[in-house]
Amino acid sequence: MKRAGFTQRWLPILLLMPQLVIIAVFFYWPAAYGLRSSFFLQDPFGFSETFVGFGNYLTLMRSPSYLKSAGFTVIFSVLVTFLSLAIALILAVKADRVIRGAKTYRTLLMWVYAVAPPVAGVIGLIMFDQSWGPLVDFAALFGWDFVLGVNYFDTAFAMVVVSVWKQIPVNFIFFLSGLQSIPRSVREAALIDNRSASGRFWDVTFPLLAPTGFFLLITNITYSLFDTFGIIDTTVKGEPGNNPMTLVYKVYVDGFRGNDMGGSSAQSVILMVLVLLMTVFQFRLIERRIHYT
Amino acid sequence: MTATPKRRIKWSNVVDHLVLIAGSAVMILPVVMLLQMASNPDIETMRNGPGMTFGDRLPANTTKALFEASGFSGANSGVRMLYNSFILGIGFAVGKIVLGMMAAYAIVYFRLRFATLAFWMIFTTLLLPLEVRILPSYEIVQKLGMLNTFQGLIIPLIASATATFFFRQFFRAVPEELVEAARIDGAGPVKFFIDILIPLSRTMIAAMFIIMFVYGWNQYLWPTMITTDEDMYTLVRGIKQITQSLEGTNLPEYGRANMLALLAILPPVLIVIFFQSWFVKGLTESDK
Repeated sequence: MKRAGFTQRWLPILLLMPQLVIIAVFFYWPAAYGLRSSFFLQDPFGFSETFVGFGNYLTLMRSPSYLKSAGFTVIFSVLVTFLSLAIALILAVKADRVIRGAKTYRTLLMWVYAVAPPVAGVIGLIMFDQSWGPLVDFAALFGWDFVLGVNYFDTAFAMVVVSVWKQIPVNFIFFLSGLQSIPRSVREAALIDNRSASGRFWDVTFPLLAPTGFFLLITNITYSLFDTFGIIDTTVKGEPGNNPMTLVYKVYVDGFRGNDMGGSSAQSVILMVLVLLMTVFQFRLIERRIHYT
Repeated sequence: MTATPKRRIKWSNVVDHLVLIAGSAVMILPVVMLLQMASNPDIETMRNGPGMTFGDRLPANTTKALFEASGFSGANSGVRMLYNSFILGIGFAVGKIVLGMMAAYAIVYFRLRFATLAFWMIFTTLLLPLEVRILPSYEIVQKLGMLNTFQGLIIPLIASATATFFFRQFFRAVPEELVEAARIDGAGPVKFFIDILIPLSRTMIAAMFIIMFVYGWNQYLWPTMITTDEDMYTLVRGIKQITQSLEGTNLPEYGRANMLALLAILPPVLIVIFFQSWFVKGLTESDK
């Protein structure tokens, strides 16, 4: 708050009201409602419910399909996060170094930010089309008979490729702006001290990018958990069946398609706890702020 | 390659450019393929897929994409979905910015007893994305009778504090002397907000608008659940139906489908490209 703030009593309340009301109705109410229904078992038609305590959670822990999807989510998130960060970092370092065409490269590498995930998924469907998809043809060169939507591994592979493609631009933007905020004096000093470019990168540039990197790490994990929904939904062609699923997609499939409100709510609550833990972790990191400048 | 005697080619420079060109190509080629396929007759696409030659069907396929509908009701023409997408994008962005600025102003500039409580109530929403409370949110919107309405589509998406947080950071960085001077000159809180703070935040508002518009336009899961009437579909929501119509038909309408995908991509991409500097500034500064 500002020291020289205003002292009116009703105006601030009036200003806060719309936001508070919307949050109460569309955030706190659903969150509480979800928490509550995770402890109940509903019949499929929604006529009655019985309190089952942690029953829904126990069922999940024993469900092979849930555990499988949890395992897939972990591998998927690690792959997407690592690959999109690494590729974006390489591109950002190069884009920071070139002089000619720097602006054009920046534009060409960042516009995909604005492509919606499901549309990226549709592009993936075309690239991996069974009969003429360019990437299927490419895989065939190595004797890889790529079958999207049928083969578990192939579908997972396509999901990772599309998700990474969609995520590189955001990381690129952040890395590039992080690189450009490194003071000239630091770069010049490094140039005198260290003749090798890769040595300079690992000893000076990389540590200076660490705050950006930590922030992006959390953003990317959140992205691979939640924002990839559209990619997954289009890639499995609306037939989840045997295909890989992330946990968020499973919440939707079980709750919305399978009508298992209690089980789906329990899954939501587990995800809520996961996100909470990650955010707390992130805030603590920001507090300590790994900073070298 | 032979280097001319006077000018030495720096190999590291060449490698830099090659990597960047390869990266740009990976980003842009898939969309060029969409365009190429949309310019050819469907039968051609069905046989050969994406190729090298551009056909002459672009205008015909665009007309088809804009004015033909695929659903049962015939209500989800491209124009209709485009309209819905714009309402969602603009409504979401404006709603977020207006509510966010108001709340941030109240939190930063007023002495308020329960300011801390309000602050925490608002900022807890940053912790849980809509995706994890999607089902209960759906049930509540249903109870309120807001399925298949723009209110039901937009308002629950606004129930998070990203914009509020952003404007709070920005307002806190505004020099204290400004509000002191305004008070000495006899300006009340409303006058100060409208005549000084809003003009001061113009760039920030623009940056927020771009980011929020793109975010709203690209929403998928929520519109998929809330809108079941075809005349309420947005482009991004309708995309699934489009891909499903490609499966299991004798002659899938590739031209129309690809054109619609391009339509869904184009507006947010153009905005991001044209307002690049604002957008990048807003994006990278919102997280500090």
